[in-house]
Amino acid sequence: MDTVMLAKALAIGIGAIGPGIGIGLIGAKAMEAIGRNPEATGKILVPMLLIAAFAEAIAIYALVIAFSIK
Amino acid sequence: MSPEIIHENTLYAEPIAHVGSFPITNAMLNSWLVLVIVIILAVALRRSLKKVPKGLQNGMEMIVEMFLDLFDSVTGSRKKSLEFAPFALAFFFFILLNNWSGIVPGVGSIGQIVSRDGARYFIPYFRGGTADLNTTLALATIGVVVSHIVGVIAVGWWNYLNKFINIKALLEIPKKVLKDPTILIVNPIKIFVGFIEIISELAKVASLSFRLFGNVFAGEVLLASMSAILAFGLPLPFLFLEILVGLIQALIFTMLTLTYLTINTTQEEH
Repeated sequence: MDTVMLAKALAIGIGAIGPGIGIGLIGAKAMEAIGRNPEATGKILVPMLLIAAFAEAIAIYALVIAFSIK
Repeated sequence: MSPEIIHENTLYAEPIAHVGSFPITNAMLNSWLVLVIVIILAVALRRSLKKVPKGLQNGMEMIVEMFLDLFDSVTGSRKKSLEFAPFALAFFFFILLNNWSGIVPGVGSIGQIVSRDGARYFIPYFRGGTADLNTTLALATIGVVVSHIVGVIAVGWWNYLNKFINIKALLEIPKKVLKDPTILIVNPIKIFVGFIEIISELAKVASLSFRLFGNVFAGEVLLASMSAILAFGLPLPFLFLEILVGLIQALIFTMLTLTYLTINTTQEEH
């Protein structure tokens, strides 16, 4: 039982590192772009959200694996 | 039998009834309901179409117009967007309503108590349709298979086959080898790339279905665990997050399907 909990924690814990860095980079670059050209905010927002969701999906894979470990 | 009723978020949708040996799961019931709502909405709108829009038609026209502009940025032409829009928008509305149906009060909280293996389990009557891998897998498969059919129609089956099993490149070797000896290295690579394309088609189905399922299911678990911590007020921001996630995931699924359609119908240039 202990190792199962550890496995779950490790699966989501390690799996969240990469997407976390990815979403941080996406947000940072988007903010930079908005700072350079504030009029483009509307154009930047939607692609940013889409790509952030792609990065987030990888963390979700890890979450699904964490749930399915029995 | 223990008196305690077990509530758990299972990874799979649970059967609530059987027709013969065919189980009717709660996710299936929900997606049928969504289907009925979409059909009723579509028929009602179609019946009352007017030159001068009013009310519901006005709103829908605005949404469709917005989507066509978005589709144009992917397909590159309004003609192609109009061709693919019915297919892509059907995906969008079905997935959107399915995602949001998980948040509706009563979905996941009204159900029956079933005794199984000496324990009592709570089984809800409804479960967000896309919170079941079967639904999302079916949707992703439909999307990818249709993108292939459309591709074959647009490019021709011989050209399309050569995208994956590159017989053309193989036949080219003896013809051009004397003129251009580098073809001996380049064309086997092309053939190998074709095999990678086949694997990437399978990966498309897997990533589309897992992304949607994972997001919606994780959202439901998140809401359940937040409600377990404190049922008053605390789940509210997460409910808002789920509304946003449902919309974004539906949008992503639609846009990716549209991208596959567009890529497959575009002639490969040499």
